[in-house]
Amino acid sequence: MSATDDKPIDDVENFDFGVKKKKKKKPAPDFDAATPVAADSSSAAADDEPASSATTAAAPADGGEDADIFANLKKKKKSKVTIVEGDAEGNDESAAEPSSESFDFGEKKKKKKSKKTDLADFEAALKNDQGEDEAVEEAPESSASKEGADDWAGSNRDYTYSELLHRVFTVLRQNNPELGGDRKRYTIAPPQVMRDGTKKSVFANVVDICKRMHRQPDHVIQFLFAELGTTGSIDASQRLIIKGRFQQKQIENVLKRYIMEYVSCKTCKSSETILTKENRLFFLQCESCGSTRTVSAIKTGFQAVTRDARKAAKAKAG
Amino acid sequence: MSEAIANLKSYDPFADTGEESDIQVQGYIHIRVQQRNGRKTLTTVQGLSADLDQKRVLKAFKKEFACNGNVVQDEDLGEVIQLQGDHRLKIQQFLASNGIVPKDKIKIHGF
Repeated sequence: MSATDDKPIDDVENFDFGVKKKKKKKPAPDFDAATPVAADSSSAAADDEPASSATTAAAPADGGEDADIFANLKKKKKSKVTIVEGDAEGNDESAAEPSSESFDFGEKKKKKKSKKTDLADFEAALKNDQGEDEAVEEAPESSASKEGADDWAGSNRDYTYSELLHRVFTVLRQNNPELGGDRKRYTIAPPQVMRDGTKKSVFANVVDICKRMHRQPDHVIQFLFAELGTTGSIDASQRLIIKGRFQQKQIENVLKRYIMEYVSCKTCKSSETILTKENRLFFLQCESCGSTRTVSAIKTGFQAVTRDARKAAKAKAG
Repeated sequence: MSEAIANLKSYDPFADTGEESDIQVQGYIHIRVQQRNGRKTLTTVQGLSADLDQKRVLKAFKKEFACNGNVVQDEDLGEVIQLQGDHRLKIQQFLASNGIVPKDKIKIHGF
């Protein structure tokens, strides 16, 4: 203290964990003093056990026994966490690709051969599954977190980060579930792409997908062609014929990019948006949060002259 | 009266469509891929800044990716690098790791 008395400014700067070595002792008691308050507030918020919080904060873990308990508790906690995570993964199962954003195309292999009527059924089933998963998920998680809260409140060890995190989320889910983070996933039917001969691909359900995204097929098709660097046409049965060999996965990637760029709202991530054109500019208006923003026009960019193009030009000229 | 007319004329909304300047301001590098015959592809790099020597960049690309390529002069877009084969990700990594272009300025197109 005598050292700090020389410079009163240092006392003022107590709050940032100073570089100087003198202060090493200072933050520690401060921290101890602060912990019961934090524990009180968090436990009061959860309405679990407000009484025992003072004891927890007073004595950090000291004995070997305590350490053992610690380990056990941690193990328990971990196993529970993994279970919950497993559930979450089960929820995400429909996303076949690891890099999938919040949009996914459902389970591809099942859907590949199913007809349109089946698609609707399957999606309904999928939604039910998800609902069940959530229900299953809720029950163990809440109990686990409660136990976790009890664990650290009852014993005289410190709480861990994951326990507090669980606590926050359970409180959040109890009080206002819409903020809990269980966002409804945006799903559209997977594109049905097959080969038409050796040089063309057929994208069968463009119109269907466009309807689901609430976009004009023209806009989507324009984007597809610009991104893939090809051309194509729509045949009599509303299928898109694309020049070049493309697989379902590739088309899916491009569609994902389309959704990110032109469908999902950048502010609230919702996909309930409409695209309007004003003065040659496209505006994306969100129907759930009301925000409006411009989206860039589709640019084809540089097109290299391939041998086919050269041949075609020659044929035209000659 | 004449002043008012002069004022009106001082701003011409159609003078500059901002087509070129738009590209300059945004400064995005577009990496595209095009299909050729069979399973062959062509990668194009568009929008590299003009103060770069495209030929040297091309040479580095060719050496790094072991492919052929050339620089194409386009009326609207300036010089565009063409490379044989699909090197989109490799180009992005190369440009970013050599400090030529920051990674968020690179846009990869195609499937």
